[in-house]
This record gives sequence, structure tokens and C-alpha cells, in this order.
Amino acid sequence: MWPFIAERWQDIAYRMYQHTSLVVQSVVLATIIAILLALLVTSRRSLVPFANAISSVGLTIPSFALLGLLLPLVGIGAIPSVVAVTFYAVLPILRNAVVGLDGVNPALVESARGMGMSPLMTFLRVRLPLAWPVILAGLRISTQMSMGVAAIAAYALGPGLGGYIFTGLAQVGGANAINYALVGTLGVILLALLLDALLVLVGRLTTSKGIRV
Amino acid sequence: MSTTSTSATTASGSQERHGAELVFDSVSKRYAAKGRPAVDSLSLNIPAGETVMFVGPSGCGKTTSLKMINRLIEPTSGTITIDGEDIRSKDVDTLRRSIGYVIQGGSLFPHMSVRDNIAMVPRLLKWDKSRIDARVEELLEMVSLEPGRYADRYPRELSGGQQQRVGVARGLAADPPVVLMDEPFGAVDPITRQRLQDELLSIQRELGKTIVCVTHDIDEAIKLGDRILILQEGAQIAQYDTPENILAAPANEFVEDFVGAGSSLKALSLSRVDEVELQETTTARVGEDARAALARARSAGDRGVVILDDRHRPIAWPSLRELQYMDRIPATRDDRLPVVDRRATLNDALDEMLAASQDGIIVTGQRDDYRGIVRFEQVTAYVQEANRNAERAAMSRLSTQEQQRVDAEQPSGATVDADRERVEPDATAEDLR
Ligand SMILES: Nc1ncnc2c1ncn2[C@@H]1O[C@H](COP(=O)(O)OP(=O)(O)OP(=O)(O)O)[C@@H](O)[C@H]1O
Ligand SMILES: [Mg+2]
Repeated sequence: MWPFIAERWQDIAYRMYQHTSLVVQSVVLATIIAILLALLVTSRRSLVPFANAISSVGLTIPSFALLGLLLPLVGIGAIPSVVAVTFYAVLPILRNAVVGLDGVNPALVESARGMGMSPLMTFLRVRLPLAWPVILAGLRISTQMSMGVAAIAAYALGPGLGGYIFTGLAQVGGANAINYALVGTLGVILLALLLDALLVLVGRLTTSKGIRV
Repeated sequence: MSTTSTSATTASGSQERHGAELVFDSVSKRYAAKGRPAVDSLSLNIPAGETVMFVGPSGCGKTTSLKMINRLIEPTSGTITIDGEDIRSKDVDTLRRSIGYVIQGGSLFPHMSVRDNIAMVPRLLKWDKSRIDARVEELLEMVSLEPGRYADRYPRELSGGQQQRVGVARGLAADPPVVLMDEPFGAVDPITRQRLQDELLSIQRELGKTIVCVTHDIDEAIKLGDRILILQEGAQIAQYDTPENILAAPANEFVEDFVGAGSSLKALSLSRVDEVELQETTTARVGEDARAALARARSAGDRGVVILDDRHRPIAWPSLRELQYMDRIPATRDDRLPVVDRRATLNDALDEMLAASQDGIIVTGQRDDYRGIVRFEQVTAYVQEANRNAERAAMSRLSTQEQQRVDAEQPSGATVDADRERVEPDATAEDLR
């Protein structure tokens, strides 16, 4: 395997970068979408069970099937990959954001309003920071999942390590088939671990000492 | 209490401000279209600078009435004015920044330090940083928390009582003329509650805010209130009067039941420790010769010796038996020392005595300095005396009221019954409407 890697390390590194970039961008986008949706959902209590149902059901759609549905709509390339990865990435974050925001002690929110904070300020300074550890847990799950989904998204000729895995699978029995598949898979795992470690660090830096566990 | 009144005014840079008058004019709140309103046409006049305690059975509309003042709940009808100004005439957030709000447990933001919690409203009001810092320090001192030790802690690093103190400090942060409190001391143990009440009394003596405070505890209402508003279901006023008058002459059976049968004992909550004559007892300094102190106590006929530290604060109260085995007076501090502020109520003093199983209690004044002791017998004698006075007062009051009722001209078409007259003892009937 080493000669295989040594031969094309530049390509591998570039694909890792692409893979990471796809995942990070999709997760960031997903986080914003999920928090906005959660804000909407938690402002109307009746929507909460509905949102939870959607996020569970959404996760049961096979990613291949979703890609199949997306291809005729958005064509081949990076865009369907981003759409698909973002779609899945939203779900765990949404679920946790709803749980997190809903779990903020109503007395604190009322206290904030009673002191003269506007609804937006109450959200940014009280609700969001308090729900943040829970949202962040969702973000970690989402990132792990997106690593896998991004690999599958390569089927739509999206960028990243998924291309290696598919090449390997397509050439079963061929000279480098195992190498392709292994490097692709291990690369994804390595990236997943690195990103997770990074998120843990981000979590420590962005969570107030007063609510850290 | 270690309040520093001089620095209080200079540090915050604000001149002394006093409370504002608060008026409810036939205020109603209906949560559901049908059914009884939670608050049914409440009219009430709260004079500037007074503490009014709302009490009444659970669900009678105390919290609803309170929250209508800072518009967390909008009345269905009626108006509320602060110093004559309709509360709806201002932007709601501006209004709320001018009204302190303290709720049970302090309700501190757990992700913010004590400093940031207290600084919340001043920051909303865009005070500059140095003014905010000075204010935070001043307030922490006011609620007996050393700024250096506590300002940068997070709420979870504080005890329940300390959190509650910070909650009070936060409510007072921007020096609001009106402060609303909803069962502020409901979540702390009785001894801590008593200390917090003492502090609030002393803060209020200094600041003179208009305080509206909801409580479940009639003793707390008697102790803290200039007036007590006793409500029945639908926020109907059962009686609105000073604690003394409510105890001496409950307006009706409801009030009588609510205030409790042992209302003569309640006189204990009305009387302050410094109303009984403080007794001298033998004292000794840390480091002094123990045998000399013992001899002094023996000749004075005292059963114990109060040990004072170098700042004249009591730290222990050993019996003569304990003292016999000592050479020098030790600097050991007794954490369970029965001690009360001179402005504490006799009720508190009695509680502390019982808790410490001692037949006396040490009384302290400004900055915890030693004043003397009060003995158990003094308290019981005081109760007996107060009982006799209360009975006498009640009798004479009842007879004059009977007289007034006969004399009073009933306003034509008024639905107010004679008892409503006592709703506002110092005001004329017009003020009620
Ligand atoms: N948001 C609400 N929606 C509907 N009904 C409410 C709401 N808040 C209070 N109520 C009802 O209004 C009445 C008065 O409630 P409120 O909270 O003012 O009582 P309270 O006197 O503060 O009681 P407690 O001593 O238990 O705190 C109660 O019957 C309560 O059930
Ligand atoms: Mg209540």
C-alpha cells in the first residue's frame, strides 16, 4: 500500500482537502439552516414533535436514493453532493437544536425578557449559548455522518475520497482495487477523527465555563 | 450588612433616587375567553418608596398581577401607571429596563459570571465600562458578597443563598425606582431566608425603592412589608393595610384564617431585637488570659463569655465549664454561634436560639460589631406584654370601627361594602376608583 500512496500522495492529499472542504461547508450551511429552523419550531410549541418526526424519518432515506432523486434535478457534479450532504447534515443538528433550545429553563428566558432584552438579544445572549453544548453534540454527529455521506456523494462525480472507493469497487480483482478502496476508506476515517477532535476543541472554546460539564 | 452608603452614591455617579408611585386602575386579566378572570378589576395604590407584599392562596393571581406591571403579561383591560405615566406609553423594553425584576432562586444566567449577570441591564442601558465595574462592586458589597472573591464566579459556584443575593443585586443594578420580586426567598432554607430578609430590609432602608413582592409566607410579609395586600381568588382584595393593623384587626374571616390563629405570636415578627433592652454579659478578647475572664464572669454571675475578635466582632460564646480548661482565649470561630442583627425580628432571634439550643442570643450592629445579648426570658416577657397590648388595641379599634361604620355615609350606588373602606386606610374612597 505504501508505494501506492507514495506514487499519488499529491492526489490523495488534494482529495482529502476536497472531502474536508465539502463536509465543512455543508455542515456550516446545515448548522445555520438547522438553528434557524429550530428557532422557528421552538417559537411554536406545537411544531416540536413534528420537527422531531421529520428529522428521524429523514435519516432513514438511503443516501443513494436521495442522490438518485437529486441527479435529474441538479445534474452531475459538486452541487448534488453539497445538497445531499447538507440535507443529511441538517437533521441531527436540527434535532439537537430543538431539544437544546426547548430545554432552556423558561424562567431564564422570562427573566431576560423581564430585564428588557429584545427577543433577538434573548436568543443570541441567553437561549443560544445555553443550548450550545447540545447543538454542538448534534454537530459532531452530523460531521461524522457527513463524512460517509460525502463519500457516497462521489457517485455523482462529486469531489473527494469517495472517488477512490468507487474506483476500487469498480475494479474488483484489478491490481490496485484493494489499495484504492482502502486508502479511500482509511482516509475518510482519519479525516473524521481529526474533524471530531477539532470540534471538541471548538466546543471547549465556545462553551461558557459556567455550563461546561 | 457592610453597606457603604457614601461610596454608594459616588461610585454609581447617580444621585439618590426614590421609588415611584404605582397605581392599578380596574385592571383585569382573562387567560381564557370563558371562565373567571385570573385578575378581576384590581384597583390599588402603591405609594412611592414603600414595600408592598402580595399574599394570598395559590392561584389567586399574585404573579399575574405582578407581571402586568412589567408587561410580561398584558392586562385584558384597565390601566397601570407609574408616577402617573401609563406603562403602555413607553417602549416595552425601555419600560422593563427601568423596573427591577427578581424571581425565585435568583434565576441567574448560568453561562455568565456574577459580574456579567449583574451588569446585564447597565450594559443594555449602555453605561460606560468603569461605571458598570464600580456599580457591580458596590452592589456585591451591598449584598454582603466580597467582590474580589465572587465577581468572577459562575452561578453554579455559589450556594443557593448567594445566588439569591446576586439575583437581588441584579434587580437593583440600574437603580430602578420600582422593583418587582416574585417569591424571592422561596427556595432557600429558613436561616438563610432570615438573613436575606434582614439584608433586604437594610438595603431598602437605604434606597427607598417601591418594592412589590409576592410571597407565600405571611411571616415574611409581616416582616418586610410596609403594607400587605391580602388577595382572594381573582385577585379580589381581602385587606390592604399595614402589618400592625392586619394583625390587630383582620378585615374578615378569610384574613383571620390566612394570618393564622396564633396572630398574637405574630407580634414577634413585628418587633425588632433592638426594641428589647440588650443585656450586658462578660466579654473577652482573643489572646487574653482565660482565667481572668472566668473570674470576671463568675463575679458577674454570667454563664458564659462572649469572645470578641480584634474588630469587636463576636466569634464564640463558650460556657464557663468550657473556659475552665483554657489558658488563653482561642481565636476559634464558632460557625453555629447564635447571632442576629439588631434589626432582626424577635421571631428570628427565637429561631436562632432554638436552632442553637441556647437560652440567649448575641446581638450585633453595624459591621457585625458586638452590642449585647438578649435572653430567652426577655423574649417571652415581651410576647406576653405584646399580647396584652394587641388585645387592648384590637378591642378599641373594633369599637371605633363600629362607630365609623354607623357614621359613614354610604356612597350612592356604590357596590363597595363597608369593608372595602379599609382597603386603603390612609386614602379617601376616591383613590380606590
Ligand atoms: N399562562 C397562563 N395561561 C392560563 N392560565 C393561567 C396562566 N398563568 C396563570 N394562569 C391562571 O391564572 C390564575 C392566577 O395565576 P397566578 O400565577 O397569578 O397565581 P399566583 O397567585 O401567583 O399563585 P401561586 O401562589 O401558586 O404562585 C391561576 O388560576 C392560574 O391557573
Ligand atoms: Mg405565583
